[in-house]
Amino acid sequence: MAAEGVPEAAAAPAGPRAPAWPVRVALLAERSSTLVVTALAILSALIVGAVIMIVTTPETLGAWGHVLSNPARALTTSWALIETAYAALFTGSAGDPAAYVHAFAVRTPGAFTNAFSPLSETLVATAPLLLCGLSVSLAFRAGLFNIGATSQLIAGAIVASWVGISLPGLPLAVHMPLALLAGCAGGAAAGWIPGVLRARTGAHEVIVTIMLNYVALNLIVYILSLPFFLGPQQVNSISRAPAGSALLPHLAGASLRVNAGILLALAAAWVVAWLLQRTTLGFRFRMAGASQDAARAAGVDVRRMITLAMVLAGGLAGLAGAVQVLGVDPQLVPAYGGEIGFTAITVALLGRARPGGVVLAALLFGAFQAGGLQMQAATTVPLELVQVIEAVIVFFIAAPALVRAIYRIRTQGGGFRLFSQGWGG
Amino acid sequence: MRLELRQITKRFGSLVACDAVDLEVAPGEVHALLGENGAGKTTLMNVCYGLYRPDQGTILADGRPLHITSPRDALAARIGMVHQHFMLVPVFTVAENVVLGHEPVHLGGFLDRRRARTEIRRLSEAFGLAVDPDRVVETLPVGVQQRVEIVKALVRDAQLLILDEPTAVLTPQETTDLFRVMRSLTADGRSIVFITHKLGEVLEIADRITVLRQGRVVGRTTPAETSAAELASMMVGRSVEFQVAKGAAAPTGAVLDIQGLTVADGRGGLAVEDLTLQVRGGEILAIAGVQGNGQTELARALYGLLPKLSGRVTVAGVDVTAATPRRAAQAGVGFIPEDRHREGLVLSFSVAENLVLDLFDRPPFGRGLRFDPRAVRANAIARVREFDIRTASVDVPASTLSGGNQQKVVLAREFSRPLRVLIAAQPTRGLDVGSTETVHHRLVEERDRGTAVLLVSTELDEVLALADRIAVMYRGRLTGVVDPTTPRDAIGLLMAGITSGSGRADRAAGGAG
Repeated sequence: MAAEGVPEAAAAPAGPRAPAWPVRVALLAERSSTLVVTALAILSALIVGAVIMIVTTPETLGAWGHVLSNPARALTTSWALIETAYAALFTGSAGDPAAYVHAFAVRTPGAFTNAFSPLSETLVATAPLLLCGLSVSLAFRAGLFNIGATSQLIAGAIVASWVGISLPGLPLAVHMPLALLAGCAGGAAAGWIPGVLRARTGAHEVIVTIMLNYVALNLIVYILSLPFFLGPQQVNSISRAPAGSALLPHLAGASLRVNAGILLALAAAWVVAWLLQRTTLGFRFRMAGASQDAARAAGVDVRRMITLAMVLAGGLAGLAGAVQVLGVDPQLVPAYGGEIGFTAITVALLGRARPGGVVLAALLFGAFQAGGLQMQAATTVPLELVQVIEAVIVFFIAAPALVRAIYRIRTQGGGFRLFSQGWGG
Repeated sequence: MRLELRQITKRFGSLVACDAVDLEVAPGEVHALLGENGAGKTTLMNVCYGLYRPDQGTILADGRPLHITSPRDALAARIGMVHQHFMLVPVFTVAENVVLGHEPVHLGGFLDRRRARTEIRRLSEAFGLAVDPDRVVETLPVGVQQRVEIVKALVRDAQLLILDEPTAVLTPQETTDLFRVMRSLTADGRSIVFITHKLGEVLEIADRITVLRQGRVVGRTTPAETSAAELASMMVGRSVEFQVAKGAAAPTGAVLDIQGLTVADGRGGLAVEDLTLQVRGGEILAIAGVQGNGQTELARALYGLLPKLSGRVTVAGVDVTAATPRRAAQAGVGFIPEDRHREGLVLSFSVAENLVLDLFDRPPFGRGLRFDPRAVRANAIARVREFDIRTASVDVPASTLSGGNQQKVVLAREFSRPLRVLIAAQPTRGLDVGSTETVHHRLVEERDRGTAVLLVSTELDEVLALADRIAVMYRGRLTGVVDPTTPRDAIGLLMAGITSGSGRADRAAGGAG
C-alpha cells in the first residue's frame, strides 16, 4: 500500500492527499461518537427490555413482591429470567456455539442444519429489511420520508408473483431475473405516485405514502379474490406459488431457508452507496436532500430529483417484495410482508441512512426477528418484547442528547471531540 | 442604573466567546460596544439579558449582584433588549405586541386594552417615539417597528436598554431619528448599551466606548479621545484601509441589459416594478437602498430564482429572461446569494463538495452519471490555496468554517468558471473587516477582467467605496442612478424615495443610458 502511494504523490504534488491527521482524528471521533451513541442506545434498550420482562413475568414480579424478606430470591430469579431470555435471543439468531462444535465434530447434514439454522433465519429476515431500509434511506438522503415501503413492497410482491405464476416453462436464468425486475418495477410504480405528487403539486409524501399503504393492503385483498391468483379449488385468501423457475436458489441446501435474496440485498446496498457517492445523480439527490434552496440555486431540477428518488426508493422496496415472494413466502396472503415496511424506517434511522449502517442495522433487526422466536419458546417472554426493544432503540437514537446525558458523555467544539467521564457517580 | 459586568466569561465548547470581560455602564450614558462580528458583543449582552448563563463572572446593578437566568429576570431587573431581529408578532397591533407576556387584565381576565394604549401614547410622547398603538405591526416601516421594540422595554420600565446593531436595518434618516430617541432616553437618566460595528455612529452618539476583539476588551475610550482609524485598528488588531484600492473603470458596452423588469414579491404585490438598467462590462454598478426595497428580488430574478412577470433581460445579447439558474450560469452569470447559508452553500456538505455545487456534472468532476470525488478534492485543494480559505481540511463540513471563509468558498466556486456578469448580493454581510477587504478586492479584480458586476448592498459605505455607478432602489423602482461622488445625504434622500430636485441624479442616469 505504502509503496503504491509514494510514486503517485511524487507525480502529482498538488493532487489529493489524505487529510492532515488532526482532522482525521476529529472526523474519526465524530464517527465514533455516533457509533458509541448507537451502541449505548442498543444497550439501554436491552436494559429497558430486561426491566419490562421482570415486571411482566408473574414469577419475577412475585419475587420482587417479597423483596424485603428475601432480596436474594428477587435478584436471582430476575437474573435467571434475563439470562435465559437474552441467551435464547442470541442463540436463536447467531446460533449456539455448542451446536457449531457438535456439527463440526459429527459432520452430519442434520447437525449442520441444526447449527446453522439460526444464522440462516437471521439472514432470511435481514434481506427484506435491508432492501426496505435502503429504500427509506435513499429517499431520506434526497430529503424525503418514505413511509410507504409497505405499499411498495406489496406492489412488488404482487407483480413478481404475477410474473412468477403466469410464465411457467421459462428457463430459470430468464424467469427469475424477469420476476425480480417486475417486482422492482411494481415497487417503482408505487413510489412514483407519491414522488410525482410531491414534485408537481406539493402533496406531502408522508401523507401520500401512508395512505398508499392502506390502498396496497386492500389491493392485495382484492387480488386474492381473483381466480388467476387463487388457482383452482382454493377458497381461502392464499395465492398460488410462483413457478419453480422463478424462485430464488437456496444458498446452503434445501434444508436451510437462506437464499440468494440476501446477496441481492447486499448488492443493492453496494449499488446505493455507489449511487450516492460516485455518481452525479447521487450528488444531485444529496444536494436536494441537504438544501433545496442551494440545489435550486446550483441549477438542479429539484422536482425531477424528488420524483426520481421516490421511484428508485420504490424499486428497492419492490425488490424486497419480490425477494419475499420468490425466496421466503411464495404465497401471497392479506397484509403480506407484515411489519417489514415499518421496521425498515427504524432500520434506516439506526443505520443513519447510510448504506453501510443500514446493512448492520438490518442484520441486528434480522437477528432480533429470528432470535425473538427462540426467546418466546425458551421463556414465557412474548415475541412482542423484541418490538419493544426495537422501539426503545429508536427512542434513544432519536434523542442522542438523552443517551449522552444518561452516560455522561460530553461533547465539545460542535460535537467533534468526545470523552467519557466514566460511568455512574 | 449603573450596570457592572465583572470578569464575565462565556465559552461555547472550546471557543471562548467572552473572556473575563469587565464593563461598566453609568446612568444616563450611551455606552458603545464596538467590535467585529464574532468579537463577543452580542454574546456578552445576551448574558446580561439572561439568554446565556455565564461560565464565570458577576453582574451588578447599582452595586447589588443580580441573578439573571432568563429574560424575565432581566426585565424584572429593569434591563431591556432590542434584538437585531425583532421579536414582534406581525399581525398584532402595536398595543397587543407591547402587552404580550404581561397583559394588563380587567377583573375577570379580559384584556385591558385601554390602559395599554394610554401607556404607549404617554411613552411615545415623552421620548418622541411617534408610535401609534393601534397600527398593525406588519404595516409599519422597519424604523417604527424598532421603536415598538423600544416601547416594549420602556413599558416594563427598563432603566438599561441594550440595542443590538439597531442601525443595520435603517436608512440614514431613520438612524438620525433613532439617535434623537436615544438622546431623549439618556436625558431621562436611562442608560443604553449600543452594539455596533459602524465607527461613524459610535463617534456620533456614544459617551463612552468599549472595544472587543476575540472576546476580550482591547480598548476603552471616548469619542473625544479617539478617531475612526484608531477604533478600526483596535477592532481588527492592525491598521485598516478604508478605501478600496481600485483604478478607474474601463467600461465597455452594456453586457447586462435589463428592460422593464417586473417581479412579484410573493405576497400579492410587486417587489420590482418596471426596472430598466444597463451594466457595462468592466464596471461595478451598485444597487443602494434600504433592506427590503426589492434589491433581493431583483438579484434573484436575474439569476432565474424568481419568475419575471414582464420585461426582458439579456446577457451579452443572449436572452436570459426565461432562464433557469442553470441556463443563466451557462450564459456566464455568476451569483453570490444574499443568504449564503441557504442558497450559497450546503452546510452539511464538505468544503470540497461545496466548491463544485454547480460544476459537479462537468469534466473533470463528472460526465454523464460518473462523478469523481478525487477530482473534486484536487480542485478543492487548489482553490483553498488560491483563495486562502482557512479550513482544517477540504473534507470538513462547510458549517465548520467562519462566515468569511464560507463566503470565500462561494466566491471561489463562482469565479472558477468564466463570467460575463457577476451578481453579488450583500457579499460582505456578516463578514469581519479582513474578509470584507478580500471580497472587495476580488470584486474589483473581476471588474478589471471585464466582467459586468452588479453589487447589491445596503451598506452605503460599501456602495461608495466600490461602485463606479450607483443605482438607488426604493419600493421596487429606481429613484436614481448617480455617480459615486454624490454626497451621502443626497443618496440618503434617494434611498428614502425622495427624488424631487435631484438634477444630479437625472444627469447621471441620462449619461448611463
